[in-house]
Amino acid sequence: MGFLFEPGFFSSGPVHTAAAIGTVTAIVSAVVGVFTVVRSQSFAGHALTDVATAGGSGAFFLGLSPLVGFLGGGVIGAGAMDLIGVQRVRSRDLATGVVLGAATGLAALFLYLDTTKSATTGATQQILFGSLFTIDPSTVPVVVVLSLATLVVIGVIHRPLLLTSVSAELASARGISVRTIGLLFMLALAVAVGLSSVAIGSILSTALLIGPPATALRTTRTVRHAMLGACALGIATTLLGILLAYDSFYWDSSAPIPVSFFIVALSFLSYLASGLPIVRRRVGRREAP
Amino acid sequence: MFSGFMANAWEVATIVAITAGVVGFFVVLRGSAFPAHAIPNGAFAGAAGANLIGINPLIGLGVMSLIAALGIGSLSRRGRPDAVTALALVMMLALGAAFLSQSTEYEPQIFSLLFGEILGVSSREILPVALLGLACVLGVAALYRKLMLTSLVSEIAAARGVRPYRMEMAFLVILACATTMTVPVVGALLIFTLMIGPPAAARCFSDRPGLALLGSVAIALVTVWAAIASAYEMNWPVGFFVGAFSAAWYGIGRGYSAWHRTHASPLAR
Repeated sequence: MGFLFEPGFFSSGPVHTAAAIGTVTAIVSAVVGVFTVVRSQSFAGHALTDVATAGGSGAFFLGLSPLVGFLGGGVIGAGAMDLIGVQRVRSRDLATGVVLGAATGLAALFLYLDTTKSATTGATQQILFGSLFTIDPSTVPVVVVLSLATLVVIGVIHRPLLLTSVSAELASARGISVRTIGLLFMLALAVAVGLSSVAIGSILSTALLIGPPATALRTTRTVRHAMLGACALGIATTLLGILLAYDSFYWDSSAPIPVSFFIVALSFLSYLASGLPIVRRRVGRREAP
Repeated sequence: MFSGFMANAWEVATIVAITAGVVGFFVVLRGSAFPAHAIPNGAFAGAAGANLIGINPLIGLGVMSLIAALGIGSLSRRGRPDAVTALALVMMLALGAAFLSQSTEYEPQIFSLLFGEILGVSSREILPVALLGLACVLGVAALYRKLMLTSLVSEIAAARGVRPYRMEMAFLVILACATTMTVPVVGALLIFTLMIGPPAAARCFSDRPGLALLGSVAIALVTVWAAIASAYEMNWPVGFFVGAFSAAWYGIGRGYSAWHRTHASPLAR
């Protein structure tokens, strides 16, 4: 085992925090992500991380807590996307794109003001890429509570949400307000994505939101199985990524490879593997277009 | 404002705006906003990698955006396109982050790769940008009818023997080409804004494709020119003004089409 776990892995404080936050965000991302992939809203799921980042850099400039900025930015962005028309399939792409464009403009301004305001370097890289190893342990309880709240919201609306995702006509015939459910989902997505991008950076946020769910949906037959599979895969990917990043410090201590790289690479590879003909034959299921 | 290094900025901005207006029109029409966001961001990884091994960043950008375009196109064929695009995007960004962690690059250069440095364009950078821009516009012109057909009525296009998959790949390659030229000058994040805001606004003003395409170029030009002038005056990043003006144009466009729907007489329509 010695060659696998470099010394101090199990006793390191940052590793504990990283593992705890990583596991929580992996679970929330998996649950929200399954719906995101089924509803074909991956673009919105990714764009909200950038929108939340704009909020985070704005909060940095105003001296507010970054968590407030990330969550506020995400929720405002989700509201704007809904206003422009993210609920209609035809204008979904455009609504997301317009909001994303405006948000990156704001991010450019705030990041510029941040770097001129304070001499601390690393703001750009920290906000954009984040790192599991530099999390402030005091944010852990807040992240856990808000994650639970997101899971509860998804749990309450999961049946109508699934129906509206599969067939909006059928759902409205049953008296479900497709618009309200769509907005609730977008807000839950914004909170989940805002949390994960402040905790683990925006790259990892999208990787965990889309990677494990897309892989699980390809290899299982029911949504419930997909959700469980996505949770397991997300947690496994995160912990393995943390281990590899920790070990990489011992390969070459002058330039350790970032933890995000390992987690993203593992999710990407598992998605590619789930598309291999041998896996597809075993599952015996063609993915719905 | 129009002399010295600013002259280069105006020239490059004009080329970039025309290309973004033309290519962006089809991005909006085809619903390719996500690839249009992913390819420039992925190209950033190429530039970071090229920096690391010490070759011209333009080569890194070109190679990586081409890989991104072909990868997204071919993986989308057997999978959900938006999920595939998201995963390809984060994979490339993570590669970029890994490359950066291995080099001694300092922060302002990361910032300029993402957000661009149009005010710092040197005159020898203009020619490659102009050539690649011309290639994109010619590419769109050559495929104009087929692209229009597959974007709007894919069944008719298929019946006429146009292969949707081939058109998608061809379009993604044009997108990659447009990305390679624009990322070093306006940044990965801003080329996206320029490809979405002006064309989306132009579509609100006209239903006729040719007119909307011209409008898209015109709005992109006005946006970029106004953004450079404002950035010069206020010393804020150009990117902020491009984003703000594009969003404003889209708002005006939506307002106009709402007004047009309620006020235009039924006979005129």
